[in-house]
Amino acid sequence: MLKCLSSFFILISLFVFYSFAYSQPLGLGRPATYNEVSSWDIDIRPDGKGLPVGSGSVIIGEELYTDNCASCHGDFGEGIDRWPELAGGFDTLDSEDPVKTVGSYWPYLSTVWDYVHRAMPFGNAQSLSNDEVYSITAYIMYLNDLVDEDFELSNLNFEEVRLPNEQNFYQDNREDLENVIYSKRCMKDCKKEAIITKRAVVLDVTPEEEDVSDNSNSNEDDIVKTVSLDAKLIKDGEKVFKKCKACHRIGLNAKNGTGPHLNNIFGRVAGQLEDYKKYSKNIKKMGQEGLIWNTETLTSFIENPKKYITGTKMNFKGIKKSDELEALIEYLSATTIIN
Amino acid sequence: MVRKLKTSRRNFVVGSLAAGSAFISTRKAISSNTDDKAITEMQSWNSELGDGVDANPYGYPSEYEKHVIRRNVPWLTADPTSSVNFTPLHELDGTITPNGLCFERHHGGVAIIDPKKYRFMINGLVDQNTVFDLSDLSRFPRINKLYFLECAANSGMEWRGAQLNGCQFTHGMIHNVLYTGILLKDILKEVGLKNSAKWILAEGADSSAMTRSIPIEKAMDDCLIAFKMNGESLRPEQGYPVRLVVPGWEGNMWVKWIRRIEVGDKPWHHREETSKYTDLFSNGKARRFTWEMDAKSVITNPSPQAPLSHRKGPTVITGVAWSGRGKIDKVDVSLDGGINWLEARLSGPADSKSMHRFYLEFNWDGKPLLLQSRALDDTGYVQPTKDQLRSVRGENSIYHNNGIQTWAVDSNGIAENVEVS
Ligand code: HEC
Ligand code: HEC
Repeated sequence: MLKCLSSFFILISLFVFYSFAYSQPLGLGRPATYNEVSSWDIDIRPDGKGLPVGSGSVIIGEELYTDNCASCHGDFGEGIDRWPELAGGFDTLDSEDPVKTVGSYWPYLSTVWDYVHRAMPFGNAQSLSNDEVYSITAYIMYLNDLVDEDFELSNLNFEEVRLPNEQNFYQDNREDLENVIYSKRCMKDCKKEAIITKRAVVLDVTPEEEDVSDNSNSNEDDIVKTVSLDAKLIKDGEKVFKKCKACHRIGLNAKNGTGPHLNNIFGRVAGQLEDYKKYSKNIKKMGQEGLIWNTETLTSFIENPKKYITGTKMNFKGIKKSDELEALIEYLSATTIIN
Repeated sequence: MVRKLKTSRRNFVVGSLAAGSAFISTRKAISSNTDDKAITEMQSWNSELGDGVDANPYGYPSEYEKHVIRRNVPWLTADPTSSVNFTPLHELDGTITPNGLCFERHHGGVAIIDPKKYRFMINGLVDQNTVFDLSDLSRFPRINKLYFLECAANSGMEWRGAQLNGCQFTHGMIHNVLYTGILLKDILKEVGLKNSAKWILAEGADSSAMTRSIPIEKAMDDCLIAFKMNGESLRPEQGYPVRLVVPGWEGNMWVKWIRRIEVGDKPWHHREETSKYTDLFSNGKARRFTWEMDAKSVITNPSPQAPLSHRKGPTVITGVAWSGRGKIDKVDVSLDGGINWLEARLSGPADSKSMHRFYLEFNWDGKPLLLQSRALDDTGYVQPTKDQLRSVRGENSIYHNNGIQTWAVDSNGIAENVEVS
């Protein structure tokens, strides 16, 4: 009896605890401050909700675009290599080779503003000011023949702009259009014959299976070894190098990308890599005049690329923090030793 | 001494064979004339000591499994930081995808987030804009759920015909994971939804600041805020420390490194739901908000990267099936390119909106095969052929290709990706 009673109490207390734990609100978390919300809440909607006050012009946009975007997306938004196209493609959507760009496909201009602001330039996201984003957005419209060169875009005229393809989207209708058809389960003699009509080997685009026998971790950037250098600093530098990875590679099979590969960069003459064809005039000239990459020259260049080499095609704002810069240089020198 | 060891071991092997199965007769035929040195010779592992505990404080697969890796298709994208790789489905069995083999898709590389600086914010049409840290999140009731995540572009390269020779590449943008997390609806209730709340925007903390709009009904249904996969913390490439789980819906919506949810009254029409993840029809018009993943299946073995290792005789066909609308009811397999079908056997733990494993055992006569599989889900939906899909949508689509896959297997057991009439 006593035992019974005590387990009854345990039951009650369990029950109380349980219901307490699950009744909401739980009082978890804390109120977000005004500044916290405005730091993160950067999204823009087609109806203009979220759009900050500001403005920008095609003319300013052209300069910003050339400096920050053209190295990947091309001077005319045509897209270099496999980087995305941003302009053109009109009247192609119903063709065999549709080209989807801001002008030909995107339904809303707000998406351009929002995306460029949150994600571009690639590898240096959220570095543009609001006015700069207005200018670049205006310029992308210009590249798509949607406005003249004297156009100015601002929060005031933003909602008046309509993109040509807005009306050509409709809601998912698979349920009514398709799912009703896909409902028969035939088990026998479902068709007369099955003849091969297409084969993958004809195309031969499947990647070869690479040899992974000696190193499962064959990432090209992972080959850094320490040779009487500061291991911790190199590790830190490797992290800083992420800022460069959108354009530069280091490692055994490193290829040129938007920028030249940086293998053996210590001791290399500036602007002289033979298989990299995209150097600016000035970097080549400075190389011919004797600029060699070492701790001092690299530090000055990476701290402020455009100041050190005017007209450089390296669209990078520079690394201002001295500890980051020091670690990065250590990393670059470590990769030089082993290569 | 050594000799004694050998005999006793041989006895053991024979004994266990006798206790074995129908495969014995074939075995005998191969090994009766010559002794198998794998048995008669002493192997080093049988006498020398191996590594002690802690040789790998975090363990790796066997060194003989180094070929079991994610692979990418370099020509697809400009740079690995904005790219995708593929799960090696042909090397896996069961229903769970090991964490290190779950395919990756990044739009700005892998964000490495310091958990101490991790914050999760909810703002917008709520009673209180609120910030949570990881410890706050861990105090909500947790649940465990098995779900598949399929990228909407899985099989996208195959719209116009057979392109890539391997199910890793044709179907590998999928993984199936046991998630531990909290129901999103519990957090939304905690902050209090306003009556006008109709949509949420999920936003990532990576350098693409990934965003997707999700209707409030889904958010209040089965979405999870997840922090564990298959028991351990999310891998960095899968969104460490916290990702969104949107069961049955296209992978892009499962925002990784999630940092914020905004509650609103309209969709945002952001880049990943306009420029991308919309389905262009041949008339130039496009479908949007195609969130659900249709029922689909693929035979993983044999397949082009995994030929049959034997000639005629007992043969196992296996593969996976899944549906974004519920459970897989049945999977059928055809050996003749879809003329006749046999019902396969399902095996292994599987839930609604998770991957299912199927097997078909048969006696192969050694003649060429045209292998297909067809999934049926519990809504009555039957996986269509690629021709059926194309007759409705045309050839310009990229996403949501759930058409039936065909592998042509020749008499040597070699498989090729083909399409049939
Ligand atoms: C280092 C190369 C690079 C640079 C520089 C760059 N981008 Fe991009 N851009 C990309 C990549 C890569 C993507 C696709 C990202 C992804 O995977 O989602 C992209 C996508 C875009 C898109 C979406 C395209 C589509 O069809 O959906 C727009 C718009 C865009 N970039 C604008 C810009 C603008 C404006 C700038 C300059 C401020 C810029 N980009 C700078 C690489 C670059
Ligand atoms: C947006 C792309 C981009 C980024 C990001 C970038 N670079 Fe560059 N880099 C370039 C280009 C393009 C050039 C060629 C410059 C020229 O032609 O003027 C270049 C040139 C260089 C050179 C000279 C190479 C030579 O052959 O002379 C060095 C060194 C260099 N970059 C280092 C860095 C480092 C270190 C970082 C990261 C902190 C970085 N870059 C980030 C695009 C980039």
